[in-house]
Amino acid sequence: MGQASTPVETPEARADAVQIRIQDLHKSYGTHEVLKGLSFDIRRGKVNHIIGPSGSGKTVLMRQLVRLESPDSGQILVDGVDWATLHGLTLDRMRIKFGMVFQMSALFDSMTVFENVAFPLVEHTSMSKQEIRERVMDRLGILGVAAAANKSPAELSGGMQKRVAVARALVRE
Amino acid sequence: MTSQSKAAPGDADANQAPGEPPAPGVVDRLADGLFQLVLSPFVEIGALFSVLWQTLVQAVRPPYRVRLLLASAEFIGVGSIFLVSLTAFFIGAVLSLQLVDGFRDFGAQSQTGAVVGLGMARELAPVFTALMVSSRAGSAITTELGSMRVSSQIDALVTMAVNPIQYLVVPRVLAGLITVPILTLVFDVVGMFGAYLVGVHLMGLDPGVFMERMRWLVDWDDVRQGLIKAAIFGFTIALVACRQGFHASGGAAGVGQATNRSVVQNAIAILALDYVVTAVVIGQGL
Repeated sequence: MGQASTPVETPEARADAVQIRIQDLHKSYGTHEVLKGLSFDIRRGKVNHIIGPSGSGKTVLMRQLVRLESPDSGQILVDGVDWATLHGLTLDRMRIKFGMVFQMSALFDSMTVFENVAFPLVEHTSMSKQEIRERVMDRLGILGVAAAANKSPAELSGGMQKRVAVARALVRE
Repeated sequence: MTSQSKAAPGDADANQAPGEPPAPGVVDRLADGLFQLVLSPFVEIGALFSVLWQTLVQAVRPPYRVRLLLASAEFIGVGSIFLVSLTAFFIGAVLSLQLVDGFRDFGAQSQTGAVVGLGMARELAPVFTALMVSSRAGSAITTELGSMRVSSQIDALVTMAVNPIQYLVVPRVLAGLITVPILTLVFDVVGMFGAYLVGVHLMGLDPGVFMERMRWLVDWDDVRQGLIKAAIFGFTIALVACRQGFHASGGAAGVGQATNRSVVQNAIAILALDYVVTAVVIGQGL
């Protein structure tokens, strides 16, 4: 059904649309093989879901995607560039295109909610303090946690922490 | 089922599920444990030098995080002043008490100020300061970084293209390098004050003789020797504490074990380095 409704595309246009390509990805921990030759494409502008039972390797896949770990074999192409070939600043430039929400939220304990969300902007942009404030409060407002801006993450419920983590992941354009 | 019923008692494969690798025997496990025991110090040293190398590389790369350095210096240095001063006062006081009592047997109690001053400047101040900083700040650094590791906060830094060594380790190691020598000077002053108070006001030594003998024996080179040691200790304490926290794993229990290793390794490192540095300084006549 899905194939029938997909508009016809030229091979070039299809390749352009692929933002992330996973090719024959393998990852093992000791003798336990988690990723067994995984291959799929993530298209630009599309929302993708990765669903599977507990322990099936969803988190492991995400860790390879942002290169917190390296696969045993296979390729991850981001905008046509092989992740494995990137190092130093070029890797950092590619990394900041990603926004990641961790299972445990991973908010920085030593910072307030506002500082957590502002962190990527402070580190990687030359925005003024006023611009940062506006952007952060906008994102916190969208996610309904603006009132918690000056609280520490420990003062928030698990759900609120997760929403702040989403705000931090989305704060860059 | 058939194979299980035929297996001899104690056979390692008796309860083996089909397709699983055989469980290691007692001899294999003993050999493996022994191998790990022999290998672990080398693994520890290798990991420490790896963090050291990354720290040195990241320390010279921009951005230079002065605000984080000041915050770390405040935590390690300012936060340790009270503990270091208290330790210094009692060490100086008890040393004075012991020396006056001991020297009195052969009429040399006038040398108390000199001996306390020399021992304080060269050995006691840097070593005790380092041990106190390791107990208070080193353990806290390991716990903080370990908690950040197990709650994925360090991974979050990486995904946001912030080098965690530069952001977390470099400021703390530099702060240790800078603040421990300053704390050692505080230890020198407060320790001598404690020794003077007990020696002069409690044990009846002449204040002029106490001070004059100290000035006669202790000079700037002795204080400098202590400060060189303190700088090395401060750097080492922060590095070991950061390394243990940075590589912690296994949840809250793992963080606790990392903190334990951090305190033990730092105590051993301080005492071993003290001997090595003393031998080098005396040998070189620095």
